[in-house]
Amino acid sequence: MVDPEIRVVTIDDLGILRSVQEDPATGRVVVTITPTYTGCPAMDVIRADIRRALVATGHPDAEVRTVHKPAWSTDWISDAGRAKLAAAGIAPPAPARRDGVVPLTLAVRCPRCGSPETEQISRFGSTACKALWRCRSCAEPFDHVKAL
Amino acid sequence: MNGPFTFALALGDDSLIAAQRLAEWTTRAPEMEEDVALANIALDQLGAARLLLTYAGELEGAGRDEDALAYLRDDREFRNCLLVELPNGDFAVTMAKLLVLAAYQVPLYTALAVCPDERLAAIGAKARKESAYHLDHAMLWVKRLGDGTEESHRRMQAGVDQIWPYVDELFTTWPDAPVDPAVLRPGFDDTVTEVLTTATLTVPQVSWTPAGGRDGVHTEHLSYLLAEMQVLHRAHPGARW
Repeated sequence: MVDPEIRVVTIDDLGILRSVQEDPATGRVVVTITPTYTGCPAMDVIRADIRRALVATGHPDAEVRTVHKPAWSTDWISDAGRAKLAAAGIAPPAPARRDGVVPLTLAVRCPRCGSPETEQISRFGSTACKALWRCRSCAEPFDHVKAL
Repeated sequence: MNGPFTFALALGDDSLIAAQRLAEWTTRAPEMEEDVALANIALDQLGAARLLLTYAGELEGAGRDEDALAYLRDDREFRNCLLVELPNGDFAVTMAKLLVLAAYQVPLYTALAVCPDERLAAIGAKARKESAYHLDHAMLWVKRLGDGTEESHRRMQAGVDQIWPYVDELFTTWPDAPVDPAVLRPGFDDTVTEVLTTATLTVPQVSWTPAGGRDGVHTEHLSYLLAEMQVLHRAHPGARW
């Protein structure tokens, strides 16, 4: 199922989808998800999309559970997800640091031309999880998923 | 009222009121990128507020959910610190407030992440990553403005001076809380002193330290903020999108 805000990747690619399990006793499906950011406004749409998909596949009584621990990290974005982001012109995140301190010094490569000559225009971008960058080589502005 | 409920409520109110104040900047920030940044920070604060108020409602056990707590309490029932309800002032005042709030929330959430209360630990682990970005953002602006032009330096110092009396309230000791904020004070002092010194600013010496927010005694500013935030919900009880 595609992410409602970044439509080139699935919620599985992003690591939002944590598990899909069937309760052996009742046969009920339990889908567990976690938000990227606490205030992510896409969560309601994601829940509704999951319910719709479950109803369509014959699981009208399925449960969608939201968990916050462990906290989502950009390290959970799969390699396939990273490749899809880059192909869509969104620079994927660098590895997140474990101590929760924001990494600032790693070079971000331009997803268009691959140049490391890039600069940050704004630390906050079109969605909570992205920052706005610009390539000094090809002059293209691009989104960058912030390491978290 | 029991301790954990009031603590979750206080932290949730801090975030909720901070979010509402920051959202006032939307369409009014000095540049487009800053508009987006402040709206994003407000959204993070609102996200933390929702989790904390939902949990507070469960701890209270009186059937109040996040909306009931946000929209159907009066000013005397709010437990936020006075700092977050103060008017935005100019951009320097807002950045001074954000610096103090983030330099308080980062160590608070970090300590909560390893506290015995599992729900608060989960919220702390999640929110501290976001607050680290807020702190970083405020630090960059305070340094840039403080160490900028004569005029930006003057206004940044004025902003810091204006809100500094409200810092003490954040670290008032709360012995039965999952994390006693008083233990966070030395780390906070180190962080802000380093930022202000680099920004060529002076750490204010204050003698007047207003408090009362944690007991529901607020400035007049909170009442006006709540009136605007709550009016729609109260005019149309139970309305849904």
